[in-house]
Amino acid sequence: MTQLDDIIIDVRGLTFYRGERAIFRDVDIQVPRGKITAIMGPSGTGKTTLLKLIGGQLKPDSGEILLDGQNVPSLGRRALFRIRERMGMLFQSGALFTDMSVYENVAFPLRVHTRLPEEMVRDLVLMKLQAVGLRGARDLMPSELSGGMARRVALARAIALDPDVLMYDEPFTGQDPIAMGVLVNLIKRLNEATGHTSIIVSHDIQETMGIADHIYILADGGVIAQGSPEQLMAENSPQVKQFIDGLPDGPVPFHFPADDYQSDLMLGLNNG
Amino acid sequence: MVELIAATGRAGLNRVAAFGRAAIFLMQSLVARPAPLQMLPLLLRQIYVVGVQSLIIIIVSGLFIGMVLGLQGYTILVAYGSEQAVGQMVALSLVRELAPVVTALLFAGRAGSALTAEIGLMKATEQLASLEMIGVDPLRRIVAPRFWAGFLCLPILSAVFALVGVYGGALVGVEWLGIYEGSFWANMQNSVDFFDDVLNGCIKAVVFGFVVTWIAVYQGYDSVPTSEGISQATTRTVVYASLAVLGLDFVLTALMFGDL
Repeated sequence: MTQLDDIIIDVRGLTFYRGERAIFRDVDIQVPRGKITAIMGPSGTGKTTLLKLIGGQLKPDSGEILLDGQNVPSLGRRALFRIRERMGMLFQSGALFTDMSVYENVAFPLRVHTRLPEEMVRDLVLMKLQAVGLRGARDLMPSELSGGMARRVALARAIALDPDVLMYDEPFTGQDPIAMGVLVNLIKRLNEATGHTSIIVSHDIQETMGIADHIYILADGGVIAQGSPEQLMAENSPQVKQFIDGLPDGPVPFHFPADDYQSDLMLGLNNG
Repeated sequence: MVELIAATGRAGLNRVAAFGRAAIFLMQSLVARPAPLQMLPLLLRQIYVVGVQSLIIIIVSGLFIGMVLGLQGYTILVAYGSEQAVGQMVALSLVRELAPVVTALLFAGRAGSALTAEIGLMKATEQLASLEMIGVDPLRRIVAPRFWAGFLCLPILSAVFALVGVYGGALVGVEWLGIYEGSFWANMQNSVDFFDDVLNGCIKAVVFGFVVTWIAVYQGYDSVPTSEGISQATTRTVVYASLAVLGLDFVLTALMFGDL
């Protein structure tokens, strides 16, 4: 296990239930400042839930989520909205405001949180759009964008206020190889250029491993492995190997739990 | 038997909890530091969508209902030779009952369902979550302007409905069936009291505006963010709002006109 120093987000003893099902049981995660941290794991292990917990959109059943020492779940409504100005989040769908143009979408956080003159807002918006390569698309509406473009506009909007922490929810899902390459590059370049902390939730192993500094693998309500990409590649545990090598069967079974196959088929015959 | 009691209790508790959630939701949307400069353009836009765009359906319905009232009133009253009272009948039934109630029902179907679907879809496409993460309270940005717009527009729409309805009644009664114009309007003027009738009708419209818009925005905000969930929420808005309007109308009528 690597020793991490200068932690920006410190998750301690996180427990979260959805109904009867435990999504997290006593989970500890540390996110180092200025680095790209990836949260990986099979679908349904609560990766997106973790981002929502960090963003204070969900409250844990127990445990602490400290952002620079401030416990996010214990914050009141107003303090929570203030701390969120330090976070940016890129949603899986992009989540652009459909009634605003690309330009207005990116300008939105600037308009609500700052009192900058219009010329400066314009310059900032164009700079952010230039960074994601879509300055020319400023007048388009979200419905006119492709999936990859929408995600890049959403990225420009997420970095509009220069957040300390940028969270990416499945940024590569459903992208064609070119769009995927563009996004991987962008995330890496933005992280280096601005020095913010990035958290990527993903199950796209190759892309994520290529840019992450530190990786946590979640499964069964807890962290099953963590370390640098090299450390994880060398990991021998069958659960980690199954996930990284993409094997269809293993500790995570192919079949959903069910009764014995043969007797189940016979049951149909008997009943008939 | 025990299970039945338990299930009934559970359903009852769920209802109470949902009502509590709706009340907290309303409080959080409305009890906020007003930011008129940001709020005003959003409010004006919603007034246009919710109010102005509902005008056509309200005017057409008001006209037809007024005409039907005129016609029905005439056929009944002419048997007693008191067809001059048609104006009075049309005006009283519109101002006291039909204008607020029918406007609220139409409003629930036309604007309420649209509000629910819009907010529900914003939730499904993560626009509400994304607002929250940008540090903007969706209750204030999305819900509050829509709520105020509905609350302000319904009484005005109800007044328009009553106005057009009276004109429809006159159209049929005076122009078509030939009731003497002077007695038609004079009877109406003599019998309709500003405080007892017009003001009470306005109070009804205000209450309905509050309830219908509250139900609509809450159902959208509380909907399950799937296509099925939004369709159910939209249906619930129309059903709950209609039932609430009709139920409250009885209660309000009893309080206003029942001498209780």
